[in-house]
Amino acid sequence: MFSKLQKIKESILEFFIRGSGILIILFVVLIFLFLLKDSLFFFKSYPLKDFFTQKKWLPISEPPSFGIIPLLLGSIYVTFFAIIICVPLGMGCAMFIAEVAPSFLRNILKSFVEILAAIPSVVLGFIGIVWLGPLVKKIFSIPTGMCGFTGSLLLAFMALPTIISISEDALRSVPYTYKEAAFGLGATKWQTLWRVILPAASSGIIAAIMLGIGRVIGETMVVMMVTGNSPIIPSSILEPLRTLTATIASEMGETVRGGLHYFALFSVGLILFIITFIINFLADLFLHRSKK
Amino acid sequence: MKRCLLIILFLIGCAQPPQIQEPSGFIQVKGSDTLVNAAQKLAEEFMKEYPYIFVAVTGGGSGVGIASLINKTTDIATASRRIKNKEKEIAKKWNVTPYEIIIGFDGVAVIVNKKNPIKKLTIKQLHDIYTGKIKNWNQLGEYNSSIVALSREVSSGTHIYFKERVVQLDNKKSKEEFSPNVLLLSSNQAIVEEVASNPQAIGYVGMGYLSSRVKALAIKDEGDYFLPIPQNVIEKKYPLSRPLFMYTDGEPTGIVKIFIDFVLSEKGQKQIEEVGFVPLRSRDVFQTPEN
Repeated sequence: MFSKLQKIKESILEFFIRGSGILIILFVVLIFLFLLKDSLFFFKSYPLKDFFTQKKWLPISEPPSFGIIPLLLGSIYVTFFAIIICVPLGMGCAMFIAEVAPSFLRNILKSFVEILAAIPSVVLGFIGIVWLGPLVKKIFSIPTGMCGFTGSLLLAFMALPTIISISEDALRSVPYTYKEAAFGLGATKWQTLWRVILPAASSGIIAAIMLGIGRVIGETMVVMMVTGNSPIIPSSILEPLRTLTATIASEMGETVRGGLHYFALFSVGLILFIITFIINFLADLFLHRSKK
Repeated sequence: MKRCLLIILFLIGCAQPPQIQEPSGFIQVKGSDTLVNAAQKLAEEFMKEYPYIFVAVTGGGSGVGIASLINKTTDIATASRRIKNKEKEIAKKWNVTPYEIIIGFDGVAVIVNKKNPIKKLTIKQLHDIYTGKIKNWNQLGEYNSSIVALSREVSSGTHIYFKERVVQLDNKKSKEEFSPNVLLLSSNQAIVEEVASNPQAIGYVGMGYLSSRVKALAIKDEGDYFLPIPQNVIEKKYPLSRPLFMYTDGEPTGIVKIFIDFVLSEKGQKQIEEVGFVPLRSRDVFQTPEN
C-alpha cells in the first residue's frame, strides 16, 4: 500500500519536472515563432533586400528607411572591443583565483566577482555618463565621450563575472593527476598552468568567452545611455554608434501596435535572437566537449 | 472559516464609506519627457486636494504617450507636439478619438556649454549645424573646435518639432533629415548633462530644463535675436515657441475631467509656471489686444 502511494507520488513529481523541462523548450520555440510571425508581416511590405542593404535607419521619415546595417555594425563593434578588453582581464583573474591565490583571498575575490555581477546596468550607465564618458573624451581628445569605446569599457565590466566564473570552473575541473604528472616531469608552476591546465580547460574557456559575448550583445541599458545612439556606419570605435538593442528599447514605446515601425523592430529583435542563439549554441557545443 | 468571513466583512465595512463620499480612482498620465516634471508637480498638488484619486506620471516621449493612448494603456497622453494625421488615422482604426487640450506654452531652448563663446544663432545656422553642413564652431565665430550636435530620440515630441521647424524649415515637402552624425539621447536631462560637461556640444531642450549650468542662445528667424524667456514666448517673438498638449480619449469625463480642470485652473497653471514653462493665461492676455 505504502509503496503504491510512493509510486504515485513519484510519478506525479516526475510528470511535473518533465513538464517544466518541456515548457522551457516550448517557451523558446514560441518566442521564436512570435518574432518570426511579426517579422514576416514586416517583410510583406518592406523588401528583405532593402532591410539588409540600405545604409540608413530613418524609422519616422516619409517614406521610412529601415536599413539594419548601421545597427548591426554598431552592435558588432561594441561587442568586439568589449571582448578584446575583458577576455585577457577575465582570464587573468580566473587563473589567479583557480590556481594561484591562497584560499582566503580566493573566497574574497569570488564574492567580489559576484557583487560585480549584481550591479544594476543602469547604475553602470550613470557612471558612464557622468564620469567615464568625460574621461574617455579627455584621454583620446575626441569631440564627445558618448562613443562606442565608452560602451565597450562598461560592457567589458559587465561580462567579466560571466567569463571569470565559468573559466574558473573549467580550470578547476582539470583532473589533479594532470598537475601531478606535470610537476613530476619537473615543470614549474607557471609552465604547468600555461602548458597543461590551460589547454586542458580550453573548451570550457571558449564557452565562457562565448557566453560573455552573448551577455554583451544583448545588453541594452548601458549602451543606450553612453554610446550616443547615432545611426551611422561607424568608421572607428571612438565614434558614436547605435546598437540593435538600444534601437528596440528607445523606439518600441513610440510605435503603435500593427504599424510598419512596430514590425520593423520585431525584425531587429529576430536578428538579435538569431545571433544570440547561435552564440549560445556554440558555447554549449564547447561546454559539452569540455565535459567529455 | 466563520472568523475569516467576519474579518472580510469588517474590512469591507471599513473601506466602503469614504469611497462613496469622495471622488476616487486611478489616473495614468504618460508621454512627453519635456512635460514629465510639470505633470509630476501637477499630480502631487492635485493629490493634495483629492486624496482619493491617485495620479501616476510616466515619461518616455510624446510619441510614447500618444501610442499608449491609442493602445488604451493610459488615460491622458502628454505631448510637446500636435498629434500627427497618421496617428489620428490609426487612432480611428482602434476606435480612439483623441481630444486635444492645450495646457501651456514652451520655447525650445538651444543650449551650449558655458565655455563656448557663441551667444546667438539664426534658424538657418541651426539648420546647417543639424544637417551637417556646419561642422566646426569656427564657421560661426572664433572658437575653433568641432561641433557635437545632440538631439532627442525619435519618440520625442521635441525631436519631431525641431525636425519640422529647423531641419525641414517648416516646409512640409522637405525631405531633409537630421545628419546621421547627430547624437540621439533619451531625455532632456541627458542632453543638459552632456552640454554641461562638453564645451563642443550643442543641444535643444524644453524651457523647463534650463539652468545656470548651461547657456541658452538667442535665436533669430526673421526679426531680431530673442532669448527663450517667458516674456518672449508670450509675445510670440521667440522663433521656437510651441504649445504643450494633453490628449484624452474623447472629451474628458469623471475623474479625468476633474484632473484636466485642475490643470487649467489658476492653481494648476501656477505649477506649470513654476517648472519653467509659460502658463495659458499670460498668452490670453497678450492675444486679446492682438485679435
